[in-house]
Amino acid sequence: MAGLVALLLTLPLVGLRTVEVQSRLTIEPHLAEVAMTAFLVFLGRLGLTVAASGLPGPVLLAALATLGAGWFLPFPTEALRVLALAGAAVVAIRTLWALYRRQDPRSQQERDRSLDLWGARLQDATRLIGPVAVALALALPFLPFTDRAVLDLGILLLTYIMLGWGLNIVVGLAGLLDLGYVAFYAVGAYSYALLAQTFGFSFWLCLPLAGLLASLAGLTLGFPVLRLRGDYFAIVTLGFGEIVRIILLNWGDLTGGPNGIAGIPRPSFFGIADFTATPASGQVAFHQMFGLQYSPLHRIIFLYYLILALALLVNLFTMRIRRLPLGRAWEALREDDIACTALGINRTTIKLAAFAIAAMFGGIAGSFFATRQGFISPESFSFIESAIILAIVVLGGMGSQIGVVIATLLVIGLPEVFRDLAQYRMLSFGAGMVLIMLWRPRGLLSHREPTILLHPRKSATQQHAEAVGAP
Amino acid sequence: MDYFLQQLINGVTLGAIYGLVAIGYTMVYGIIGMINFAHGEIYMIGAFIAVISFLAVGLLGITWVPLAVVLVLILTMLFTAVYGWTVERLAYRPLRGSVRLAPLISAIGMSIFLQNYVQLVQGARVKPLPPVMSDVIVLADQAGGFRVSVSALQLLILALTVALMIGFTQVIARTSLGRAQRACEQDMKMASLLGIDVDRTISLTFVMGAALAGVAGVMVTMYYGVVDFYIGFLAGIKAFTAAVLGGIGSLPGAMLGGLLIGLIEAFWSAYFSVEYKDVATFVILVLVLIFRPTGLLGRPDLEKV
Amino acid sequence: MTSPQDFAEPLLRVEHLSMRFGGLVAINDVSFSAQDCAITAIIGPNGAGKTTLFNCLTGFYTPSVGRLTVSHSGHRWLLERMEAHRIAGTARVARTFQNIRLFGGMSVLENLIVAQHTKLMRASGFTLAGLLGLPVYRQAERAAVERARYWLDRVGLVEMADRQAGTLPYGAQRRLEIARAMCSEPRLLCLDEPAAGLNPRESADLSVLLTFIRDHHRIGVLLIEHDMSVVMAISDHLVVLDYGRKISDGPPAVVRHDPAVIRAYLGEDESESEDDANGEDRNRREGQGSC
Repeated sequence: MAGLVALLLTLPLVGLRTVEVQSRLTIEPHLAEVAMTAFLVFLGRLGLTVAASGLPGPVLLAALATLGAGWFLPFPTEALRVLALAGAAVVAIRTLWALYRRQDPRSQQERDRSLDLWGARLQDATRLIGPVAVALALALPFLPFTDRAVLDLGILLLTYIMLGWGLNIVVGLAGLLDLGYVAFYAVGAYSYALLAQTFGFSFWLCLPLAGLLASLAGLTLGFPVLRLRGDYFAIVTLGFGEIVRIILLNWGDLTGGPNGIAGIPRPSFFGIADFTATPASGQVAFHQMFGLQYSPLHRIIFLYYLILALALLVNLFTMRIRRLPLGRAWEALREDDIACTALGINRTTIKLAAFAIAAMFGGIAGSFFATRQGFISPESFSFIESAIILAIVVLGGMGSQIGVVIATLLVIGLPEVFRDLAQYRMLSFGAGMVLIMLWRPRGLLSHREPTILLHPRKSATQQHAEAVGAP
Repeated sequence: MDYFLQQLINGVTLGAIYGLVAIGYTMVYGIIGMINFAHGEIYMIGAFIAVISFLAVGLLGITWVPLAVVLVLILTMLFTAVYGWTVERLAYRPLRGSVRLAPLISAIGMSIFLQNYVQLVQGARVKPLPPVMSDVIVLADQAGGFRVSVSALQLLILALTVALMIGFTQVIARTSLGRAQRACEQDMKMASLLGIDVDRTISLTFVMGAALAGVAGVMVTMYYGVVDFYIGFLAGIKAFTAAVLGGIGSLPGAMLGGLLIGLIEAFWSAYFSVEYKDVATFVILVLVLIFRPTGLLGRPDLEKV
Repeated sequence: MTSPQDFAEPLLRVEHLSMRFGGLVAINDVSFSAQDCAITAIIGPNGAGKTTLFNCLTGFYTPSVGRLTVSHSGHRWLLERMEAHRIAGTARVARTFQNIRLFGGMSVLENLIVAQHTKLMRASGFTLAGLLGLPVYRQAERAAVERARYWLDRVGLVEMADRQAGTLPYGAQRRLEIARAMCSEPRLLCLDEPAAGLNPRESADLSVLLTFIRDHHRIGVLLIEHDMSVVMAISDHLVVLDYGRKISDGPPAVVRHDPAVIRAYLGEDESESEDDANGEDRNRREGQGSC
C-alpha cells in the first residue's frame, strides 16, 4: 500500500522530468528512479510492519545492512542514495526502539514522561553547564583550533540564538504564534544601514535606535492584530512580514530595492578605535591602541564578543522577567487568556509589551546583522527566515532557553557541518520540523520550572517527579 | 470603460482560481479548525503535474484539445488527491488532539518540504508551457480604442469553476459523506460515537480540497503558461485571505472571497501599482480579520467562556 | 423586588438586563440586587441564562439592554460600559468558571501570584523597578506570597503549592480557583457552579469555605449552583431564573414555597438531576405546565 502510494506520488514529478531542449519544454522519463523509490518505501514499510509484529531483530540487521550497503552500492542518482540511507536509518531507529520497548512495558504516556524527566535532568544540569558553556563561548576565540571559519559559524549560531531567545518571548512565553518576526529583524537592519549612511550615526548610537524603531514597528503592527485568535494572528503576522519585505523590495529610492544597501559602516571599538589597517588621520586603530600586530581577525573576534554579549543580554532579560509580574502574566496568557481577563489583566497591554520587547531584540539583532554583513537586501528577510527562527523556538521546547540553544545547534549547526548535502538542506529542514512535531509535539525540552516556590528549593528532577505525581 | 470591462474579465478569471484553492482551506478549517499551510504547495504541485501531463499527453499523440484538457484534469486531480491524502496521513493525523500549535508547525514544515522537493526533482527554473488554447473572442473592438476580449480559456475556467462549485455543493448537501463532514464540523467526538469514521471523513476532506487545488493548478498553468516552485506560497496566502474574507467554513463564502480577491488584484494592478498588489491582499486580510473576523458569509462566533 | 434593605445602596444592582444572541433571548428583562456580606444564590434549570448573566456581569458579553451597578467604598461602577479586565481590576468583581480555567502549566503558587498581578505590576514599577531588583518589589512579592499562603491554608493546598496546577485532582482544582479569585481581593465574588462534580464531603467543606468568606472577609458572594444542599444551607437570598426570566426572588424560606418556583423547578422530585439533560428537561416541564 505504502509502496503504491509512493509510486503514485513520485510518478509524475520524479519520473517525468521537464527539461528544456532547444528552448522547448519536453519531458524525460526517469521511471527507474520511481520504481526504486516505490520499492524502497515498500521495503521500509515492510520492515516496520514485520518489526511491529514481533521480529525486530532481523529487521534491524537488514536495516543496518542496507545502511552499510548504501554507502558502496552504485545508485542511479545521489537522491536515491540519500533516500535509501535515511530510510534505513529510520527503520533501524524504529526497530531499536521496538526492541527497547519490548523490555519496557510502559505506555506511551509514561515514556513521554520519562523523556520529560530527561529534559528536567538536563535543565538541572544547565545550572552547571550554563556557566561552562558561557565560559567556553568566551574562550572560543583563543582556542588553538579556532580559525576564521569557526568564528563565523559561532557568530551565525549566536545570531540565531539571540533571535530565538527574542522570539521565545512572544511564542514561548506569551503563546502568540508570530510568523513575521523577520520583519523586525529587517526593520533593525535597514534602520541601522540608513541611519549610518544618511546621517553618519555611529554603530553604538544606531544599535539602541534600531531597537527602538523595531519596537515601534512592533507596536504599530501589533496594536490592530493582537485581538485576533491564535491561527488568525499567525496568518496576519505572516502577512505583515511579507508586507515589510515587499515594501523593502519596491521602495527603491530609500531601500535600494532588490539591490539592497551595500557599504554599510563597520562598527568601531566602542567609538574610540577602528578595525582598519591604516586609520584615517586623527584616529587610532585598534591594533595600534593595544600595540598588537594588525590582523583582520580582530574585527571578527570583536563581532563575536558583541553578539555573544547581546545574546546573553536577551537571555538575562528573559530569565529576570519570568520572575516579574509581566513575565508571569505572559505565561498565564499562554495558559488561559480568559482567566487572565477575569483576574484584571489587560490582555492587550500585556501582549503589546511582549510584541514590542521581542521586536526590539529582533531589531538589535538586525542591526548587528547589517554591520556584520556590510550588505543587506530584502532577500535576507524572506518568510523562510521567520520559519527557521520559529522552528528553533518550537523544536527547542516553547519557553525553554536552553532548548533554543540546542535547537539552534541542530537547525543551523548541522547543515553548516554537512555542507556537501547543501541541496538537501531545506528539504531535510522541512522534514525535520514535521518529524520532531510528530515525536514530541511540545518540543524537545518541554519541562517548565516554577518561577517561585513556597517550599524550599529542590532540584528540577525532584520537582518534576512531584509535579507529575510520581511516587 | 472598455479597460474596466477587460479588467473585470481578468479579475473574475483570477478569482475563480483563488476560489477553488480557498475551498480547500475553508473545508479543512471548518472540519478540524486548522490552517492547512501546505495547501498552497498542493496547488503548486498541481500546476507542475499539469505541465508534465500536458507534455505527456502531447507525446502520446493526443492533439485534440478538449480531450487533452480533460485527460490532464483527470490526471492532475488524481495525483494531487494522493498528495493531499498523504500529507494529512503523515503530518496531521498523528497530531490530532495534540498541543494547539503542533499541527500548524508541522504544516509549515510540510510546506517547506514540498517546495524543496519539487525544486529538487524538477529544478528551480521557471517552466514555460506553449499555449494550449489561443482562441479569443473579441467583445468590443473600436478602431483606435481599447480591445476587450475574452479568451476561450477564460470561459473554460469560469465554466469549469461554476460546474465544480455546483457539483461540490451538492456533494456536501446531499451525500452521506457531506453529512458526515458537517457532523464532524459540529462535534467530532459525538460524530465518532454515532458511528461516523472521523479519520476517513477528514482524509476525504483533504482529498477533495487537494483535487480542487489541482484543478486550480491546471487552470493557472494554462492561463499564465509558466510555473515555478514558488507560486504556492503567495497563492496560498491569497486563497486563505479569500477564505477568511468570505467567512471561513462557508463554501459559497470561499468562492465569493476568491472572486473579490481576484477583482481587487486585477483592478489594483490596473489602476494603482503592480508592485504593491500583494500588499493590497494582505491589507484586506488584516482589515477583514480586525473588523469582521467572521467574514462576509460566516456565522457569528462568540468567545466561549 | 422590594426588599427591606432597599434603602441602602446594594453591592450589586441589576436593572432590566436583557441579552440577545441573534434571535435567541438568553436573558429577558431581569432585575435583582445582591447585598454586601451576603450570599446570593442564582438558581434555575439549565439554559435559564445563569452563566450568560455572569458573562454580562464580568464583561465578557455586552448586554443588549440593562444596567449593572456595583457600589462599594463610596464609588459606583456601571459594569455594562466597562472592559472585562477593568471590571475585575477596579470594580473588584472576581469570578470562577463552570469549566475550571486554571493556568494548568504553572504551579499552584504561581496561579495565586498572577491573581495579584495589578498590585504587583504597580510595585514592580511596571517592570522597570523589578528588572533592577529594587527592594520595593521584593517586599511586594513577599506580601503576595503570604496572601497566597493564607488562602492555600484556607483551602487545604499548602502542601501542593509547588505542583503544576493542571495535575491536581478535580476537587482541589475547584478550590484553587476560588483561592485564586480571592487572592485578587474582590468585593463581589461570582462563583459558577463551584460544587459541580464534588462529593458530599467536599460540598460540605465548600459551604464552610463560602460562609467563612462571607463572614470574615465581609464581601458579597454571587453563587450559581444546582446542588440544593449547598444553596439552601448557606444562601441569604435566592434569585430563580427560568427561560431567561426571573420567576422568584427572596429569602430561601420564602422562595422554596413560591408556587411559581415549585411549578417550574423545585417541586419535582428529580429536580436535582435535571442538570444534564437540558432538552429533555424542558419538554418535561412544558408538559407539566400544560396540565
